[in-house]
Amino acid sequence: MAISVLELEEGKTAKIIGIQGGHGMQNQLRSIGILEGKDIVVVTHHPFKGPVVVKIDRKMISLGRGLASRIMVEMTS
Amino acid sequence: MGNPNVGKSVVFSRLTGTHVITSNFPGTTVDYSQGATCLGRERVFIIDAPGTYSLDPTNPAEEVSLRILNEADIVVNVIDATNLERNLILTLELLSRNVPLLVVLNLWDEAAHTGIEIDVSRLQELLGVPVIPTVAVTGEGIAELASYFSQDVPVPEQKNYSDQEKWVMIGQITREVQTITHRHHTLRDLISDITIKPITGLPVAVLVILVSLWTVIFIGETCITYLTDPLFELYLPIITQLSDFIGPGFVQQVLIGQMVNGGIDFEQSMGILTTGLYVPFGIVLPYVIVFYILAALLEDSGYLPRLATLTDTFFHRLGMHGYGIVPVFLGLGCNVPGILATRVLETRKQRFIAATLIAISIPCMAKTAMIFGTIGQFGFLYILLVIAVLAVVYITIGMILSRVIHGECPEIFLEIPPYRTPRLNMVLKKTWMRLVAFIAEAVPYLFLGVLLVNILYATGFLAWLGTVLAPLIVSWLGLPKEASGALLTGFLRKDLAIGMLLPLDMTPQQMVVAVTTLTMYFPCAGAFAVLYRELGFSGMIKSVIVMATTAFFVGGIMRFILIGV
Repeated sequence: MAISVLELEEGKTAKIIGIQGGHGMQNQLRSIGILEGKDIVVVTHHPFKGPVVVKIDRKMISLGRGLASRIMVEMTS
Repeated sequence: MGNPNVGKSVVFSRLTGTHVITSNFPGTTVDYSQGATCLGRERVFIIDAPGTYSLDPTNPAEEVSLRILNEADIVVNVIDATNLERNLILTLELLSRNVPLLVVLNLWDEAAHTGIEIDVSRLQELLGVPVIPTVAVTGEGIAELASYFSQDVPVPEQKNYSDQEKWVMIGQITREVQTITHRHHTLRDLISDITIKPITGLPVAVLVILVSLWTVIFIGETCITYLTDPLFELYLPIITQLSDFIGPGFVQQVLIGQMVNGGIDFEQSMGILTTGLYVPFGIVLPYVIVFYILAALLEDSGYLPRLATLTDTFFHRLGMHGYGIVPVFLGLGCNVPGILATRVLETRKQRFIAATLIAISIPCMAKTAMIFGTIGQFGFLYILLVIAVLAVVYITIGMILSRVIHGECPEIFLEIPPYRTPRLNMVLKKTWMRLVAFIAEAVPYLFLGVLLVNILYATGFLAWLGTVLAPLIVSWLGLPKEASGALLTGFLRKDLAIGMLLPLDMTPQQMVVAVTTLTMYFPCAGAFAVLYRELGFSGMIKSVIVMATTAFFVGGIMRFILIGV
């Protein structure tokens, strides 16, 4: 089941299956290490439409909600 | 060149001996720095490029990098050994550029520490260019790197990959050269988690900010009492003799100022050589030094990106994102570096909002000293009132500007580095450099400001303008007409305005209105100069219009609430 990182619960791990958006957006996200096939963990969702903090390969990244909603993931039970 | 926050600037300063500011948060180097080093008989010029993730520029810093790249003879690509996969994207793009390339594998010690092992010789084979592991902060590997400059660095075989192929290549290379050994959760991870989650992170952030401000005020005051005040005591007889030597007249008025109770008063005389020296060096400098040390500690430890994430929810509503905290924080020391730091924001709109808001409602150390000096006598509650008004203005104007101004507001998108123990020499070096910049960029304008005010004052221009504007100040702000002179002086010298407001015998409410208006309506001459530099002429004019309108309305509203009709 594909959901966006925005909907991924805190502490859950999922596999990135795609990035929605234009070429520029895809490159921007990939260049910081958000790549298809990677495992992604949500460290925390900040309340009141705040940013989402994720962890990929031990690296922590802060993402705005718009960006987080474009990263599609699949739960890896 | 390389990704943000991989230590390019440290490698650069190791190579050249030049001092460059380095921080544990991405985007510190926006301007490039240039340095030279001697190798044998040859001089080699080295340029430190701003961090970039790719050769498709997405912000001004990356555009600068790209320009530098096009002119280079040899490109040194610094990559973060703890983050190989991501850094290789830029490396592959550089490989397709047909320039001699050296790859520096920096943060080698940190990689080993976190359990990452990289097979350097295999990486070298796969990339087809020399790879040099370094620990730039200690200097390990730098000599080896420098030795390559005198050799012919081969131009790598040009390979053009499509985007998709690049990612596949990177995946292959990483799998082949990198072994990650599992590592247990450390205390560092725990602290990292605590400081990023909102429930625990926000209280920690509030605590960190309060403790920082308290430290600045406490140590700053101590320095003033025991260090700068005694120094100025020694200076007093010298300047008094000079004053007697000059004798009364225009020159004395400009250089020494007025006598208070028959002698020179450093706070109230307002001459260039009296108040003009005392305020920047005697009062502001001690606070600024302590402030910069703390700022450097927060940067180097890696706390700032966490603070940026925690405050993003707030700043996003004002058209900026979490990075907006960086200029605000530096602006509390002095608005000049604060406004310069708005470059960490991506778009023109964001930078305009950030710079204007700093100029309006972030009191620098000089303004803070003014607020305390004038209102402190009435009690802490009145000071709190001024601060609360400034905060409300910051938020309101930010929300209005973010809706009114055209342009994009990119969201926060930033890597949070691991905590690192700040190195004392780096912290001191950075503090020193910022201090030199402060003295070189802000202090001359302060002097110019005093000079101008004194001339205007001595020629009677200020008195004339004061009478012209007096009705407005009396009827709209509810202040005595003498206050208009102080408000006008404050146009160039906020600190001088204190001395002029104090003898007016105003009520606490009037003082609050006067000081708040004074704080908001115009920045000092130094801040003006950087606003012009950062926003351009039309941007600066717009910013000034926002400031003046805000001060006028807020001052009026406060008057009606506090003083009545």
